[in-house]
Amino acid sequence: MSDQTYVTSDPRGSITKLDTPSRLEYFFTAGTSLSKNLRGYQRGQFIGQRCPVCSKVYVPSRGSCPVDGVALTEEVELKNTGTVTTFCVVNVPFAGQSIKIPYIAGQILLDGANLSFMGLIQECELEEVRMGMRVEAVWVDKADLVPSLASVKYFRPTGEPDAAYETYQEYL
Amino acid sequence: MIGSFLTALRDGVLIGIKGTGGKVIFPPTEYDPDTAEETSGIVNVGPGAVVTSWGWVSQPLKQHPLAHPFAWALIQPDGADTAMLHVVDAGSESAMATGMRVTATFRPADERIGAMADLVAFVPEEAK
Repeated sequence: MSDQTYVTSDPRGSITKLDTPSRLEYFFTAGTSLSKNLRGYQRGQFIGQRCPVCSKVYVPSRGSCPVDGVALTEEVELKNTGTVTTFCVVNVPFAGQSIKIPYIAGQILLDGANLSFMGLIQECELEEVRMGMRVEAVWVDKADLVPSLASVKYFRPTGEPDAAYETYQEYL
Repeated sequence: MIGSFLTALRDGVLIGIKGTGGKVIFPPTEYDPDTAEETSGIVNVGPGAVVTSWGWVSQPLKQHPLAHPFAWALIQPDGADTAMLHVVDAGSESAMATGMRVTATFRPADERIGAMADLVAFVPEEAK
């Protein structure tokens, strides 16, 4: 045994590093506006809110318009279809990845909405995905609907002609 | 120094280190916290130890090391001059007392990996 270092006869040698897995658990309070959106997922619907000043429809809505600073009260049900504004083909594995790579993550602008959100795109060849591609939501079975975006299995191409760039350029 | 401590745990051994004036610091540190002088001279301590202070946990939480009631305690191994916070698995609060004798229990040798959890708990000496 040396003076400053413990000497082991273990063939694995000295410990020089260690893994310390950590976990954070927290409660998220959705609030009234986002609750409406989340309850919508449980019914298989996209629910947003319209701004009384600028008429923009936010989905998901956080309860106020970031442009006009006013509370949103009008509830809007959106259609199941939308446009891919931009996308990323994910090839890089990372911790906690739940989807087999490679896969496509797309920003989806639902028809009638003025805010895009990220969604998984499937039933689509990697080289086929493009900006402006028209997609529709595929929901989980009715019995499996939950109050979260997990109710949407993925989005898939509808086969319609691409949306014109002008229709989504301000959402990039 | 932490590496040395963990390597010793994997061997089922508790170590301390000599600080200023030969005081044995446990767990070992690179510097004496009282004088800021470098420590020198690893020594084996324990496995027998004395409880210098304790608090009973009657309802363990999910993240606690034991699922049944236990004590958090300051534990000073034989040969050490300082104490470390660890677990006393005493069965009941009435079995706990300041000054009581405890001894370290480790995971089986083939399950030890050189981590803090290799040291499972301290148990009352008479129970061993």
